Amino acid sequence: MVDIAIIDYGMGNLRSVQQALHTVAPAASIVVTDDPQEVAQATRVVFPGQGAMPDCIRELEARGLRAAVLHAAQSKPFLGICIGLQMLFEHSAEGDIPGLAILQGKVMRFASNLCDAQNNKLKVPHMGWNQVQHGNHPLWEGIDQNARFYFVHSYYVCTEDTQLVQATSCYPQPFVCAVARDNLFAVQFHPEKSQDAGLMLLKNFVNWVPF
Amino acid sequence: MLAKRIIPCLDVTAGRVVKGVNFVELRDAGDPIEIARRYDEQGADELTFLDITASSDDRGILFRIIEQVANQVFIPLTVGGGVRQVEDVRNLLNAGADKVSINTSAVLNPQLVADAAGRYGSQCIVVAIDAKQVQPGHWEVFTHGGRQATGLNVVEWAKKMQALGAGEILLTSMDRDGSKIGYDLQLTRAVTDALEIPLIASGGAGTLQHMVDGVKLGGADAVLAASIFHYGEYTIQQAKQYMAQQGIEMRL
Repeated sequence: MVDIAIIDYGMGNLRSVQQALHTVAPAASIVVTDDPQEVAQATRVVFPGQGAMPDCIRELEARGLRAAVLHAAQSKPFLGICIGLQMLFEHSAEGDIPGLAILQGKVMRFASNLCDAQNNKLKVPHMGWNQVQHGNHPLWEGIDQNARFYFVHSYYVCTEDTQLVQATSCYPQPFVCAVARDNLFAVQFHPEKSQDAGLMLLKNFVNWVPF
Repeated sequence: MLAKRIIPCLDVTAGRVVKGVNFVELRDAGDPIEIARRYDEQGADELTFLDITASSDDRGILFRIIEQVANQVFIPLTVGGGVRQVEDVRNLLNAGADKVSINTSAVLNPQLVADAAGRYGSQCIVVAIDAKQVQPGHWEVFTHGGRQATGLNVVEWAKKMQALGAGEILLTSMDRDGSKIGYDLQLTRAVTDALEIPLIASGGAGTLQHMVDGVKLGGADAVLAASIFHYGEYTIQQAKQYMAQQGIEMRL
């Protein structure tokens, strides 16, 4: 029996996600897999993503994993990370392509002429440790308000469905960095690279009983 | 707000951390895994490992070091040195690196940067540039650990690397490396102002004020340092607190 399946569609290195999960759940059986069957049988599913969204969607399709992702996102504790968050929405400006449309909203690029309050240029990608303002979802348990998480992304999620929003960060304007609905939770930052706060969030996910 | 980053750099050869002055005169600084763990505890925002000899024997040792560090330390790891082909990038990512830094090979084969960014994403491709001042306000790119002039203008080269898909630039002043007289602020400012992507300043940090200056005057998004941390002059926490006191946004 697989406790946690990390969906592997060939986009980047999933070792750090696996290692971080192993650290917070040493007894769990954790697999990195591109087998839809294995995803279907796992108790929990982690949906990561790196690189460009069009490539991620293409690889997901090529490996026949779309149905498995859709099913898992509706039926069991499901954690999206980075592009794994962005792909859940209807449309992305990156490549002007449709997403999986599990959640209502679209993915936009940060403007290239952003400045901070001291008028310094803000670089894109948004890279580094930023503060997260979060709500009361069980996955935030034990995590301080304004805790810092590690981000690296040039695109962000916009949604009119405010009920989805579980956290925001600022660059320099507030943007959505975590969403949740029922059994699904997804974050823009990388919990597996966010030291103690990130490990806490992963631990909360591993222990999460949404229904 | 987004914090500025402090990145300790571990130059690794034959399984040991070393540090040189102006790219020569290497001095032993200890065991890389032990040092990585210490910097993680002190609040390092990322770690950078540079394989400075990149012989085939040392390569195997480096992979084992990266694996062991990645198993215990949950902050981003950058690894560079001897990256010549897309396969080298893949192998380092598989060993546990989050980003791979490309230096000499980017000059010899700029397409490598495009190919690697296209395959693995810009977020994991750092282009390292070793810069030497050739006349006031002009800097030239050097390769092969600073031994070989290229004739390339540093600002133009950084822009080209950004255009090919680099996600970040690691800019080292060869004139300042190991000197402890401060980052080359004019160089840092010239390059960061020309870029959309983040810039890491490197080479010359000797005091905590140098790190403040690198951010405030140089405009760097992150500062890299080795000597001042390796020999225990300052902890990373001390550096972060000092920078925060000077009004810089830091992760404390």
